[in-house]
Amino acid sequence: MTVHSTSPQFKQNAARALNDDQLQKALGNVKQGFIDKRQMAAAKLPEFEALRDAARDIKNHTLEHLDLYLEAYEEKVRSSGGHVHFARNADEARDIILGICRDAGAKTVTKGKSMISEEIGINHHLEANGIRPVETDLGEYIIQLRGELPSHIIAPAVHLNATQVEEDFRRVHTHLDAKRDLSEPVQLLTEARAVLRERFLAADVGITGANFLVAETGTSIIVTNEGNGDLTQILPKTHIVLASIEKLVPTLEDASQLLRVLARSATGQEMSVYTTFSTGPRRSADADGPENYHVVILDNGRSSMLGTSFEEMLRCIRCGACMNHCPVYHAVGGHAYGWVYPGPMGAVLTPSLIGVDKAGHLPNASTFCGRCESVCPVRIPLPKLMRHWREREFERHLTPATVRSGLQLWGFFARRPALYRFATRAAMGVLALAGRQRGRFAWLPMARGWTKYRDFPAPQGETFQARWKRERQGARA
Amino acid sequence: MSARDDIFANIRRSLGVKGSETIRRQIVADRLERAPKGVIPKRGQVSGEDRIALFKTMVETALATVTEVASPAEVPQSIALFLRNHNLPATLRMGEDPRLQAMPWSETALEIAQGPSEGRDLNAVSHAFGGVAESGTLAMVSGPENPSTLNFLPDNHIVVVSGKDIAGDYESVWNRVRFAYGKGTMPRTVNWITGPSRSGDIEQTLLLGAHGPRRLHVVVVRD
Repeated sequence: MTVHSTSPQFKQNAARALNDDQLQKALGNVKQGFIDKRQMAAAKLPEFEALRDAARDIKNHTLEHLDLYLEAYEEKVRSSGGHVHFARNADEARDIILGICRDAGAKTVTKGKSMISEEIGINHHLEANGIRPVETDLGEYIIQLRGELPSHIIAPAVHLNATQVEEDFRRVHTHLDAKRDLSEPVQLLTEARAVLRERFLAADVGITGANFLVAETGTSIIVTNEGNGDLTQILPKTHIVLASIEKLVPTLEDASQLLRVLARSATGQEMSVYTTFSTGPRRSADADGPENYHVVILDNGRSSMLGTSFEEMLRCIRCGACMNHCPVYHAVGGHAYGWVYPGPMGAVLTPSLIGVDKAGHLPNASTFCGRCESVCPVRIPLPKLMRHWREREFERHLTPATVRSGLQLWGFFARRPALYRFATRAAMGVLALAGRQRGRFAWLPMARGWTKYRDFPAPQGETFQARWKRERQGARA
Repeated sequence: MSARDDIFANIRRSLGVKGSETIRRQIVADRLERAPKGVIPKRGQVSGEDRIALFKTMVETALATVTEVASPAEVPQSIALFLRNHNLPATLRMGEDPRLQAMPWSETALEIAQGPSEGRDLNAVSHAFGGVAESGTLAMVSGPENPSTLNFLPDNHIVVVSGKDIAGDYESVWNRVRFAYGKGTMPRTVNWITGPSRSGDIEQTLLLGAHGPRRLHVVVVRD
């Protein structure tokens, strides 16, 4: 683990987020925009569900043969003139990248958006060694100015409002006229474009992530809407691709299947604006492009997820649909999750990468409503995997004592159906009687966590199971 | 043990394999060789005029503009008109593409510059390797003919695509790339471009011209 994690403080983070008016206003944009756009894009393509199945199958097939596809990929990168480096963990990846930057005599490094680079904390490492990293994705640039982590994997600054961005630009772009008008978002964009254009042209090394690596051709693929990932890789002399082992796909055809579900699930576009397939350094006749091409392949705990129930998480293509549809994410935003990956995918992946002892709160921060799984383009059973983490947490005695005894008490009854029915019937009867006047409770023993914020509705006197039985008999009769 | 060997060993331990199993190797070699296509949306599986019409519709859906000319000889006039209509200067940068070089640029007042962009050009023209009707996507390949910098640095990017190079789906373009470069071999960069550059990073508001071109204009040549 490298980037400092506040995942153990999830509850405090969440409480703070719920009381942050700016954040709550910004989170409204997530609920409105992403869900409708994805729904419309999916509806326009009759084959969308079949493509999701295909995407899942391609990823499963690749993971089952990952060693062999990695070998094939590595050989292709080398034969096209590129270099492949392997990093077991974040420390190794950072040192490899620093070494390449030093060999290139780099003073500044431009960066395309890469969640893996957040995972290994490369910016801090470069800065500490006298190299200036410049984030070029607009959202990443904004949060870099603020010294924050992304709060969303495809919309890193989604937690901010335009006025906050304006303040940051005025604070940092001090070479510009202090009286300039920045009241419109387009003015902010134009300013960032001009500032970053100079950085692109001056950079010595460009670092991008990869959405996919293609074994057939030794190709790395990035997807952007801004074009920043392209300027990052074609202008400097050296292009470094930073990717984790599960980005592999067999062929260009397989990549094309996955690309058909990626943009639709992420932003609701038919296709992102720029999908770029990069293979090796520039050819001898080329007029532009990088002279050196390096790929750093990171494991960082992923190979140990293979062959376990968490292998399914390695299908993830980082579209962000799960968090866009998550009521918990909508309520608290991405920073509350406390590390690099937020939302349901983060709740499953983070315990794998930094340990369930630190990130145990995350898989518990779910209502199990199932929307994440229902929109996942590679059909990852996110609620099931979150439940697996809860089980492991329980087995390892990481769950607090009150929760443990509560669960054990419930488990005692749940394993004895007759007793369970009797006990719940008795409890519902008592509560119905006690609450018959007002129809709700302002206070209940052992339920202060609920009644502190809202009333608890009084039961009608019948249990769910009893009503189910009665209505089903009624329907049959 | 090197990091590489360690990672491979851990992957194989987790998967419960040795890596030498003939059947697994055969399955992987076969997939890499055959490159099966998967699910191809019906939308793009149309031909002739219907395919061109779909391509144009999808290009516009992606917020680019598109026009059609009857022959390569008409391209320079069409581009000059586009620049004039948008009050843009009569300058144009291009690579060494023989198809572009053969066009009668001297019939226009355009000032032509050659070679890759260094970031100060307003307008550039490139010739596409192909187009994809399914999503209105242009497929660009790198090389001295069409330097990749022209796809990203100018404010206004004009792309010429031959009607016969517009395919229904991405897979057809990959077949042509394999035919042109050899199976398993790629040019340095293939760019799929679907509309002009944009960002939604500020309050989820869609704004055009983030880092790449603010305008993308496509000229379909019917020959």
